[in-house]
Amino acid sequence: MNFGQSFRLAIKSLTASKARALLTMLGIIIGVAAVIIIISLGDGMQNMVNEQFESMGTNMLVATIIGRSSSRQVRDEDMFALVEKNPDLLAGVSPFVSGRTRNKIGAEVLTATSVSGVSEQYAAIRSLKLTAGRFLQYADVMKMSKVCVIGSYLNDEYFDGDGVGQTVRIGGDNYTVVGTLEEKAGYGKGSDDDAVFIPYTNAQRLNKNAHTAQYYFTAVDSDATDTAKWLIEQKLQSVYGDSDAYLVISMSEMMNMMSTIQSTLMSVLVAIAAISLLVGGIGIMNIMLVSVTERTKEIGMRKSLGAKRRDIRSQFIIEAGTTSAVGGVIGIIVGVLLANVAGSIVGITAIPSTSAIAVSFGVSVAVGVVFGYLPANKAAKLNPIDALRYE
Amino acid sequence: MIELKDLYKLYHMGDTVVRALDGIDLTIDEGEFVAIVGQSGSGKSTCMNIIGCLDVPTSGTYKLNGIDVSTMDDDTQAVIRNKFLGFVFQQYNLIPKLNVVENVELPLLYAGISAAERRQKALRALERVGLLDKAKNRPNQLSGGQQQRVSIARALAGDPAVILADEPTGALDSRTGREVIAFLQELNRDGRTIVLITHDNSIAVKAKRIVRLADGKIVYDGPADDPRAVEIPREEEDA
Repeated sequence: MNFGQSFRLAIKSLTASKARALLTMLGIIIGVAAVIIIISLGDGMQNMVNEQFESMGTNMLVATIIGRSSSRQVRDEDMFALVEKNPDLLAGVSPFVSGRTRNKIGAEVLTATSVSGVSEQYAAIRSLKLTAGRFLQYADVMKMSKVCVIGSYLNDEYFDGDGVGQTVRIGGDNYTVVGTLEEKAGYGKGSDDDAVFIPYTNAQRLNKNAHTAQYYFTAVDSDATDTAKWLIEQKLQSVYGDSDAYLVISMSEMMNMMSTIQSTLMSVLVAIAAISLLVGGIGIMNIMLVSVTERTKEIGMRKSLGAKRRDIRSQFIIEAGTTSAVGGVIGIIVGVLLANVAGSIVGITAIPSTSAIAVSFGVSVAVGVVFGYLPANKAAKLNPIDALRYE
Repeated sequence: MIELKDLYKLYHMGDTVVRALDGIDLTIDEGEFVAIVGQSGSGKSTCMNIIGCLDVPTSGTYKLNGIDVSTMDDDTQAVIRNKFLGFVFQQYNLIPKLNVVENVELPLLYAGISAAERRQKALRALERVGLLDKAKNRPNQLSGGQQQRVSIARALAGDPAVILADEPTGALDSRTGREVIAFLQELNRDGRTIVLITHDNSIAVKAKRIVRLADGKIVYDGPADDPRAVEIPREEEDA
């Protein structure tokens, strides 16, 4: 009935005493801003992680062999056979052998560079893209050719981006660069771009060990990963007879795990931020109680003119709701701005979803209404005579 | 119009019982201009609260327009006040944050009248008190006399049967006070019932009828031009 006027009155009293209004709303502003920042950064982080997983290939599975002491060992051929026999589930496999060698380009020792022995399928499994030349081929693996593919960091740093045909010295042998990779990690030295890939057969010889510690598989699609994982586990179990001897992880599983951890963490942080909303609500209640006392005479006068309890109550509730809603809007603006700043510092896009904004706004209005109820009810119950005579 | 019958209002203060109203019988007809007078503590404020439906008597009946309002709850009283009564207070009691016309609209707002009609009626009431040009001003931009006229406009806006004026001249200088009283007389000539509560005899004599209270009892009830109307009873002088 008198919503419009109550709302305008609330806005008027907010603008009439700006410092008091700001202090009243501070709790709500901080609470809402904190929630918006946390949600924005959390969403941004989640998106970034998802993108990274997707760039690694969500269909990927990694089998790690831990049981080194066992007398029986799974052979590379068994794994190739597994893929060949299950074309409906697995699309490819590459052994992954980490090289423990001393490497040089010219006279310079490569201290942080990783040397990995892989098969010709590795590029497809990891979605690696070439900027020049070609990736390793089946023939390179079979003939143990001294060829390698290098990451963008090495290519840019040592060969000015023109590495094909150049030489990298790996464990005493000269390897000819046949291909260069696109930038992937973007972090320079020691990153995934500071890498050399050679035929895994060569890596096994360099390590003086014919065994492979890791296999990278790729499933035909993301729906097949669970069955594919089970299949690989079955195979490894038949070889080792001990489930602690190997570990198979699918990327989609990892991604889900990460998401779960992240959303749990976010819920906790949001809950902590929400405490400040509670404090803000108490602040509003406090100031509304003061306001009811200050305006006792006005309340008495309104009652003498025919205001019912309900009218007085709704007037004060609308006022509290308006105060917290204005606080909420300021909080949302502050939150979005700070999230942007924080996001650009951390290097992620932190933009809150519209639903996050809508919920924050709704919650701040609700806080005002809930905490405004007690003072409003106190006002509504005032005896008109006492209120009129109040000085 | 106003019918008080055998009305008592008792207050308990510790062990003693204060008889604020001690058996009042009073009838005020439509179109009357009655001044209720008495010293402080005589019960005139309590009387005014009950007539104004701001309070209920301990015993006895109060009929307003034939409706027994003596046992009503808070919210029902609010409806009665809104419909039948217009208040004019000593301190004007205007809301400083609202402009003049918004203040005058308040009783109409609580009556649930639409915005357009409220504005129209409020402006008409302001015109009646000669303050149409101040409609958009804030109360504190007006003089005391003007503010009191705004509060009279507010009392008139809802077209109530009775205007209840509680010491309407108390905060004004004597000249503006006389103007306000003249205005109330004018309203009375137009047929409106007016009940004026005052302690000031010089104001009270402007009414047509005087009801004098002392110790919760009516000690005089008659025409204002009777010399006994302003005669202060002995015991009251001693008090």
